Amino acid sequence: MNAELAIRARGLSKDFGSLRAVDRLDLDVPRASIYGFLGPNGSGKSTTIRMLCGLLTPSEGSASVLGVDVPGDSGNLKPRIGYMTQKFSLFGDMTVFENLQFIAEIYSIPASRRAARIDEVLEHYDLVEQRGQFAGTMSGGQKQRLALGCAVIHKPELLLLDEPTSAVDPQSRRDFWANLFRLAQAGTTILVSTHYMDEAERCHRLAILDHGAKVADGAPGDLQRSTGMNIIEVLADDPYHAQTAISTMPAVASVTQLGIRLRVLIPETIPDALDQVQAVLADHGISADTRLSGASLEDVFVAVTLGPEERAE
Amino acid sequence: MKSLSRLMAVTRKEVRQMRRDRLTFAMIFGIPLMQIILFGYAINTDVRNLRTAVADEANTHLSHDFVAQLNATQVTDIRERVNTVAQLEDLLRSGEVSVGIAIPPDFDRRVADETRAAVHILVDGSDPTIAGIADALRNLPLGFDTAVQRQPTELIEVRAYYNPERRTPVNIIPGLIGVILMMTMMMFTAVAVVRERERGNLELLINTPVTSAELMVGKVLPYIFLGLVQLAVILTVGKLLFAVPVRGSIVDLYLAGCVYIAANLALGLFFSTAVKSQFQAIQLTFFMMLPSILLSGFVFPFDGMPEAARWIGEVLPITHFIRLTRGIMLREAGLGEMVGELVYLGAFAVVAMTAAALRFSKRLD
Ligand SMILES: Nc1ncnc2c1ncn2[C@@H]1O[C@H](COP(=O)(O)OP(=O)(O)O)[C@@H](O)[C@H]1O
Ligand SMILES: [Mg+2]
Repeated sequence: MNAELAIRARGLSKDFGSLRAVDRLDLDVPRASIYGFLGPNGSGKSTTIRMLCGLLTPSEGSASVLGVDVPGDSGNLKPRIGYMTQKFSLFGDMTVFENLQFIAEIYSIPASRRAARIDEVLEHYDLVEQRGQFAGTMSGGQKQRLALGCAVIHKPELLLLDEPTSAVDPQSRRDFWANLFRLAQAGTTILVSTHYMDEAERCHRLAILDHGAKVADGAPGDLQRSTGMNIIEVLADDPYHAQTAISTMPAVASVTQLGIRLRVLIPETIPDALDQVQAVLADHGISADTRLSGASLEDVFVAVTLGPEERAE
Repeated sequence: MKSLSRLMAVTRKEVRQMRRDRLTFAMIFGIPLMQIILFGYAINTDVRNLRTAVADEANTHLSHDFVAQLNATQVTDIRERVNTVAQLEDLLRSGEVSVGIAIPPDFDRRVADETRAAVHILVDGSDPTIAGIADALRNLPLGFDTAVQRQPTELIEVRAYYNPERRTPVNIIPGLIGVILMMTMMMFTAVAVVRERERGNLELLINTPVTSAELMVGKVLPYIFLGLVQLAVILTVGKLLFAVPVRGSIVDLYLAGCVYIAANLALGLFFSTAVKSQFQAIQLTFFMMLPSILLSGFVFPFDGMPEAARWIGEVLPITHFIRLTRGIMLREAGLGEMVGELVYLGAFAVVAMTAAALRFSKRLD
């Protein structure tokens, strides 16, 4: 058992009837780091997290979480992990304080320390003013802070967060991530799923999921450096026609429009990619600036989730 | 120790949510009030004021006297007077009256003649209760100032023990307690787990150290108290409106109530772990209601049912509870004399509770 790993999964799979929601997933999540699951809706992020905390029984494969085999011993694991569900799951008809109190009692935080710990959480997650407010009446950002506060009230070693920021504004997201970094700094391992690129970029490590399978993993920077693609940025007056023209090139793996710019992905195996693009644009009489660019995480995502027919060469 | 404090945490949470749920409160007070008033006033097998029409073809002093005496009994309420029997039949068929009194032209002579009936009473036999009344009318002690007095000869005299005046509410309310408690208690817990599943609370709860048993018992405890409050409401209303007595020990009654409430809560909880939505949970409780009302002895006498129906009745908690309430409230029986019924209810509660805790796995699949 590797003491440095908070989560180690091998061949983890989950079938719902004939649907394979998670497909032979291998995971190595180091301790005290933020590990991201990036993938579109339905890619199996929630299902994986539920298997890791023992809510779902894997159809195949095995996982060890904090050195405990799941789902076998998940009972002993509960006090050591915190879980924030994708959907808000606290009690809307109880106040912020009552929710925190209930969760604190359920985790058997001794009465002598309970009040102090609740105050600390209220303080840390900026909920002092909402203390007496019914949870159901709060804004998305406030609910999310309460959910995080409840997930960490017992100071878990591992925090599983399922799309925690999908219902909150950008400012709340920034604050939320500041909280996550503080927790990771203090030694908590955090597994967070997201479909936002900018969030994925903040993770120490990252796994990209597509249709239940892991299509890439590594540090965001490494992933960006090793896409296997040349990225050509095209700035054209008429991006629509430029896109149509470039799409005719057999070598092009993908063209994405971002405002008036196009990002063109061409496998590194194709020589003189930039020249080819310029030639095609000239043929069609389209004037455009073209330049080679570094890969963004979005480019990585596009590159690794291409269908097999597009990826062939 | 930790287990007990987690259980108490669940209970406190339930109490909090319960206090804020207006519907719960409406159910605790509204349902018993509505049902008692409904059953107490509307379902009255002691029939009075039947809508009646009279066709008095004799039109003599004697016939007028007869009609007046009949009306004075209050069993009939004479609404119409017609001339012929055919008109009486029309009124019966249309449902405007349920009893028709036909007095033939030779009424005076018939009264004097022992071999012939003096009056024909036509009753609406499509209503079983009214059909039963015909007999009552036949035996009405009507006296006539004629030479011949008909003395009804009574071979059998029936004495109703425990409810000498034969008032319906006295019979109905002990059983009604069982029906009301069952309906509300089962409904509360039937939705308890599935509601939290629908709201997403459950996914969070089962990821905490709280165990299935703590969660189940913690949820049931506050409702037992609620059930006892409801029992008190029913008894008070029954006493105030219908003077329904509690002749036996009130402590025995609450004790029996407590065990019966637990049995229903546990059954509801078991349903809740088995269904997918609150709607299904409510359907399932209604599905239980019907046999409980029909086969428990609440409506039909238990001894008169076919054997198969009696077996089903014996399984239902309400059957045993109704025996207990009738015994304690009306016959002044002690719990000790009916300990078997109580033991069955207790065993039922334990089995249903265990089944619920086992069924409620801390898994989503
Ligand atoms: N309980 C379930 N029963 C059947 N299918 C499910 C269930 N949960 C998830 N799925 C399916 O599994 C796939 C992965 O879902 P999920 O893990 O929720 O994806 P994500 O969280 O990445 O959006 C989806 O196609 C979803 O419809
Ligand atoms: Mg999800």
